[in-house]
Amino acid sequence: MDLSLSTRTVGDRTIVEVGGEIDVYTAPKLREQLVELVNDGSYHLVVDMEGVDFLDSTGLGVLVGGLKRVRAHEGSLRLVCNQERILKIFRITGLTKVFPIHTSVDEAVAATD
Amino acid sequence: MPTVELLFSAQPEHVRTARLVAAAVARRAGVDEAALDEVRLAVGEACSRAVGLHRNNGVEDPVRVRLTEEEKKFSIEVADEVPGNASGGSPDGGEDEAADDEGEMGLAVISGLVDDLEVIEGENGGIIRMSWPTPGL
Repeated sequence: MDLSLSTRTVGDRTIVEVGGEIDVYTAPKLREQLVELVNDGSYHLVVDMEGVDFLDSTGLGVLVGGLKRVRAHEGSLRLVCNQERILKIFRITGLTKVFPIHTSVDEAVAATD
Repeated sequence: MPTVELLFSAQPEHVRTARLVAAAVARRAGVDEAALDEVRLAVGEACSRAVGLHRNNGVEDPVRVRLTEEEKKFSIEVADEVPGNASGGSPDGGEDEAADDEGEMGLAVISGLVDDLEVIEGENGGIIRMSWPTPGL
């Protein structure tokens, strides 16, 4: 299972739909995608992780890197995730305090805080 | 003697294979279904860290994974061939600090997941040893 990535825009938000496994091998592709979006001027990102089967610390590192980039432009990076096994990884690393995590893309797009 | 031993060249694409093998052997050994995600993640983290250490230090030896069914537990050892506590920085000046940070984040994830964990830094390399309980034979 490889990584799949697709993007679309809703208003001023860019939705990045991620599927498959984010690990030491595939994480660089996600990093490239996030860097490219920020370089193209998309500073409000919603990463939809509902299709993600596996996430490790390399993937977390890429998401933190993405957050750092959008924040440099006063942007935002929100996550959409309902899967307990993925949420657990955010919890044990304390990253639930760093990322706003939403239950749906609609909710993430509507969020403004 | 390990039940299954796996040697793989230090390439990121092989880490997934190690995860799949470890989870399959753990399932056969009787590790609780609910813990298999933990096994998969912990082995992945340990292998990613070992791959990073080998690559950053120019070590060409393979990474070694030993999966052993014991009487009431299933144990996993992931061994690298990088001497000393290499996670403290690479010997050529630590230019790859990001990779070191990732290794440390990996260790943080493993310690959050695994109750029975031992990290050994030896002269010939490091070993991450972890185990999960099984119902026994």
